[in-house]
Amino acid sequence: MASAAQRRIKSISYAKYGYIFILPFFLVYFFFQLWPLINTFIVSFQGNAGSSDFVGMDNYNAILFGGSRATNAIHNRFTSSLANTFILWIGNFIPQIALSLSLAVWFTEANLKIPGKEFFKIVMYLPNIITAASVAVLFLQLCGQSETNPGALNMLLSKIGIVHRDAVSGKYDSIPFIQGVWQSRGVVMFIQTWMWFGNTMIMLMSGIQGINPSLFEAASIDGATAGQVFRKITLPLLTPIMSYTLVTSMIGGLQMFDIPFLYNKDGKPGESVQTIAVMIFEYFHSVGKEQKMGYAGAASVLLFFITLALGILSLYISRDKDEIAKKKQRKKVEKQLKQESKQFGGFSI
Amino acid sequence: MSKMSKVYGEAKDSYTAKLRTKSMILTAWFIILTVICLLPLYMLIINATRNTSQISNGISILPGSDLGNNLSTVFKGEMKLYYDAVSGYKNSLIITVCSTILTVFFSAMTAYGIQVYDFKLKEVSYTVVLLVMMVPMQVTSAGFVSFMNKLGLLNSYIPLIVPAVAAPAVVYFMRSYMKSSFPLEIVEAARIDGCTELRTFVSIAIPMMKPAIAVQAIFAFIASWNNFYTPSMILVDGKTSKKTLPMMVQALQSSDTLNDYGAVYMAIALSIIPIVIAYVCLSRFIIAGVALGGVKE
Repeated sequence: MASAAQRRIKSISYAKYGYIFILPFFLVYFFFQLWPLINTFIVSFQGNAGSSDFVGMDNYNAILFGGSRATNAIHNRFTSSLANTFILWIGNFIPQIALSLSLAVWFTEANLKIPGKEFFKIVMYLPNIITAASVAVLFLQLCGQSETNPGALNMLLSKIGIVHRDAVSGKYDSIPFIQGVWQSRGVVMFIQTWMWFGNTMIMLMSGIQGINPSLFEAASIDGATAGQVFRKITLPLLTPIMSYTLVTSMIGGLQMFDIPFLYNKDGKPGESVQTIAVMIFEYFHSVGKEQKMGYAGAASVLLFFITLALGILSLYISRDKDEIAKKKQRKKVEKQLKQESKQFGGFSI
Repeated sequence: MSKMSKVYGEAKDSYTAKLRTKSMILTAWFIILTVICLLPLYMLIINATRNTSQISNGISILPGSDLGNNLSTVFKGEMKLYYDAVSGYKNSLIITVCSTILTVFFSAMTAYGIQVYDFKLKEVSYTVVLLVMMVPMQVTSAGFVSFMNKLGLLNSYIPLIVPAVAAPAVVYFMRSYMKSSFPLEIVEAARIDGCTELRTFVSIAIPMMKPAIAVQAIFAFIASWNNFYTPSMILVDGKTSKKTLPMMVQALQSSDTLNDYGAVYMAIALSIIPIVIAYVCLSRFIIAGVALGGVKE
């Protein structure tokens, strides 16, 4: 009998290789991501300016409520950064999703004859792969605004006739694209939209292509207009991918850093475009007495919870209502069936 | 009969005409968008070939004649104090290549481990990977910096390269790829032939996963090359010779120190051009990769 050999073969377990294969990932993850995350929580309860004394909820109190003069400054900075983050995110998400969704629908419409679709796709995705830091500095150059050298954008506007040049002094009444509050925000929103609409468009396109084409065929046979097809078929079936886009864009928007941080002239981010990520970075990045590691930690923790809450909220809003209703209906029917079968003395029919 | 076909013909003609006008309007709109996408880059290239007085006098559609001058200013002049293109390329390349290799190799390995072997913590570990995917870098950065400071790793490349081993989004992608196109029978066959587990992974699984690895390598490369946040958080001693390319671009930001606009445009162009060339060559793969990322929901 080969039972001994069989038993031995059966006892060979490959489980340990599984652990060996995933070990590096989790080791590195623990040291460079999980522990820093925990450490952020720890740091948020510690003092600032290089001290590591336990200060309890002081940092959170300062950020959320202010109080004394020093903490009021931090509180104001936090609220204005949070407001800026949301303004900048909304101002880039709405045009971005409108543009990408319309483009995705037009690109996937089979009966439209548009030459060079591939080329357009490639060009529209191009801004996304360019270094964000370079993009910010490039736009800084293009939007520059000294009176004698107003930058390429103002120059373009002066050719159209919006910006004028004084004939005597040769100075321009240029638009303050960098110092102005809403002008600078507008530029940052434009850059974000410019960089991301191609990416969103391609994702939505692959979502639309995943929809069963016979639905579109049936709709066109029934004489549905393009608008009806969009509202009744494309949009409802695109909900999962739209909610995914919304969540990722929101998380990305809360992290917005490169462009707001670099889009300014004097090395200090302008107040009108300062985001939460910029604030955190400046707080832990400064040295000596200026260093505010505790505040940076507390702001990070708050950012973490805001991200989490928004993620859960948007998943809740965009959940499939039909599916839930159907489930309820099914349960109801099952219950009824059970009760009916009880009426027959418990015999299942 | 003839009347009917006439009616149909008219309806068909008006339908085609409608489609044609729509297509034309849309093509025009796409061309406008293309111009908007390319205009800033075009201006960048044009201004990189002009000198300061030309740039401050107005915009131009045609390139100027100062390409050589601007290049020599960037590579030889005092600009080297803030913007040293050669060492910028070198540093960025070292960090990017190392972290890209680590990302794809270890992500493939983790995905392989989770997919091929049966062990108790299999599903738990995969759930952890999925959860981790959503934690943004900015949230952990304060703790990261203070931890690296304690370890004395600030100003070294280790914190910029080693964390690339744990890339949850890539693991997720690789596992979905393996699920659809990696038959487990192959592993058993290799075992019967006496192949060790590691060798099975290196010489059988990796070649079979080449398409997924290529796509993820491209994206990891771009992300790491463009990264400005992490390097500027770790490399704090301000030495130009150590900085990555995006960090050097930061030095161009304040125009008070740099009055040679042509050279500034040139420097920005130098930081953008390699990645644009790479994109033009690999655009098909990149767009297909983005589309794959979209369907993963």
